[in-house]
Amino acid sequence: MSTMAFLKRSPWILHYDASSCNGCDIEVLACLTPLYDVERFGIINTGNPKHADILLITGGINAQNREVVENIYEQIPEPKVVIAVGVCAATGGVFRECYNIVGGIDKVIPVDVYVPGCAARPEQIIDGVVTALSILEEKRGKMTGAARTKEEARHAEQAGEST
Amino acid sequence: MPERIIVPFGPQHPVLPEPIHVDLVLEDEKVVEAIPSIGYIHRGLEQLVQKREYTEYVYVAERICGICSFIHALCYSQGIEHIMKIEVPDRARYLRTIWSECSRLHSHLLWLGLFADSMGFENLFMRSWQLRESVLDVLEDTTGGRVIQGTCKVGGVRRDIGQEKLDEMHRELDPFEQKCRDLGDVFLNDETVKYRLRGLGVITKDEAYALGAAGPTARGSGVAMDHRETGYAAYGDLGFKPVVETAGDCYARCAVRVKEVYASIDIIRRAIEEMPEGPIDVKVKGTPDGEYFSRAEQPRGEVVHYLRGDGSKHLARARIRTPTLANIPPLVKMLPGAQLADVPVVVLSIDPCISCTER
Repeated sequence: MSTMAFLKRSPWILHYDASSCNGCDIEVLACLTPLYDVERFGIINTGNPKHADILLITGGINAQNREVVENIYEQIPEPKVVIAVGVCAATGGVFRECYNIVGGIDKVIPVDVYVPGCAARPEQIIDGVVTALSILEEKRGKMTGAARTKEEARHAEQAGEST
Repeated sequence: MPERIIVPFGPQHPVLPEPIHVDLVLEDEKVVEAIPSIGYIHRGLEQLVQKREYTEYVYVAERICGICSFIHALCYSQGIEHIMKIEVPDRARYLRTIWSECSRLHSHLLWLGLFADSMGFENLFMRSWQLRESVLDVLEDTTGGRVIQGTCKVGGVRRDIGQEKLDEMHRELDPFEQKCRDLGDVFLNDETVKYRLRGLGVITKDEAYALGAAGPTARGSGVAMDHRETGYAAYGDLGFKPVVETAGDCYARCAVRVKEVYASIDIIRRAIEEMPEGPIDVKVKGTPDGEYFSRAEQPRGEVVHYLRGDGSKHLARARIRTPTLANIPPLVKMLPGAQLADVPVVVLSIDPCISCTER
C-alpha cells in the first residue's frame, strides 16, 4: 500500500497488443471492469499515446509490429514506464521458436516492469501497474536539469502550436 | 462528386484491444471502400507443429487465441484422435461440451460488452463484463485457469468435475440465466440500441453465403449453419438447434449472440443432468499417421484444423482456418455505405479475433 499512500496523480495507461494470443489482453480489460475496477484509483485506459504515462504491452515482437511499438513508445511523453505483461512480452514465451517472433518487448524498447503468467491474472497485472507507479514517481523525481528543461521546452512549444 | 479521402484505422486504436489496420476510403462522412491489411500479430504457429510433439501442441493450439482457447484445443485433439482412431470416454465428451459452452458464454458476454462500448453505452459494457466474471469463476474453479484452461488433451480431458461442484453449477444456472436475460433484454429491446443498430452493415443471405461468412455473422443473415449440429463432443446426444436471425444487420448479429448465450446455458444445464459416470481419458500410444480435417464451432464461427501426420511424433503439417478470416470478406462488403462514426460498430459486429486470424 506504500505506493498508493503517496499516489498524487492519476496515471493513464496505453495498452497495445504486440503479438499476444488475446489472453492477457482480455485480462487487462478485465482489470477495468467492476470486479477489479482500477478506475477507482484514477487509472484510465486511453487510446492516445500523447495522454499516456504507462505503456502496457502484451505479446512479443514480430517483423511487422516492431515499428509500431517503437512509434508508440516515442510518442509517449517523459516520464514514462513500460510494462511487459505475460511471458510472451518478456521472452517470446510459448511462441519463442516461431519463425516470425523476434523475442520479448525489451528487444526494441526498454522495459521497466515484467509481469509473469500465461495468461497473466488481473491481480498480477494490477500489482505490475502499482510497481510501475513507484518507478514513474522515481523517474519524475529524477527529471531535473537538462531532461526537465527539455520536457518543459517541448510543452511550451506544443502550447505555442495549439494557440 | 465529393473528394475522396483515405482515413487509416489502426493498428493501434481505441475500439479493439487487438491490432488490425483498415484503410477507409471516404466521400465526406460516408465510407465507399474499406481495404483491410493484417499481419501485426502473425507468429507462425502452424509451423510450430514440426518443433513440438503432437501431444504438446495442444497447449500451443490453445494459445492461438486466448478467448477461443478451449475450443481450439478441442478441435486439435479431435483431429489427432480421429487420425489415431482413439475412442474418447463419454464423461470426457460431456466435460468438453461443458467447458466449450463456458468458453462461448464468456466470449459472447465479452463481445456484448465490447459492442456496447463501441456504441458508447459504457454502463452496459460494465454490466456485461460483471456477468462474465461469474463464468470465469466457474472456469477457474473447475480448470485452474481463467482464460487459458489447459484441460483438454489428446485422448480425453485432464481434470474431472466432482459431483458436488456439478450440483453447485446446476443450482447457480437459474439465477445466472435470469441475469443474462435482464442484460439481453437491454440489447434486444432498448430503443437507443435498436436505433443505433437496425439497418446498419446489412449483408443479405446470398451474399453471406457466397462470401463464406461463418458463425453468428452467417446466422444473422439467415444462413442456418452451426457446426455443433454435426454432433461432435456431446452435442449429438444433447440435441441442438442453431439460432438464426434474418435481417442481416448489426442488430441481427447482436440478437444471435444474445440468444446463443441462453442456448449455451441450456446446453450446460442438460449436460450436467445427463453427465455419465466413468473414466475421463484413455492412454494414448503410438504416433499419428494420416490426415484429417477437424472442425468445431467457435463463438465466432466454424474453425478448421487440417492435420497431417507422417508416423513420427511431430506432425508434418497443420493448417488452421479460423472464423474471423472467413468473416473479413463479408466485413469489407458491410462497410461501404456506413457513416465513419458507425465503423467501429460494424467492425465489431463480426466479432473480430485477430489473434485467431493471423495465428
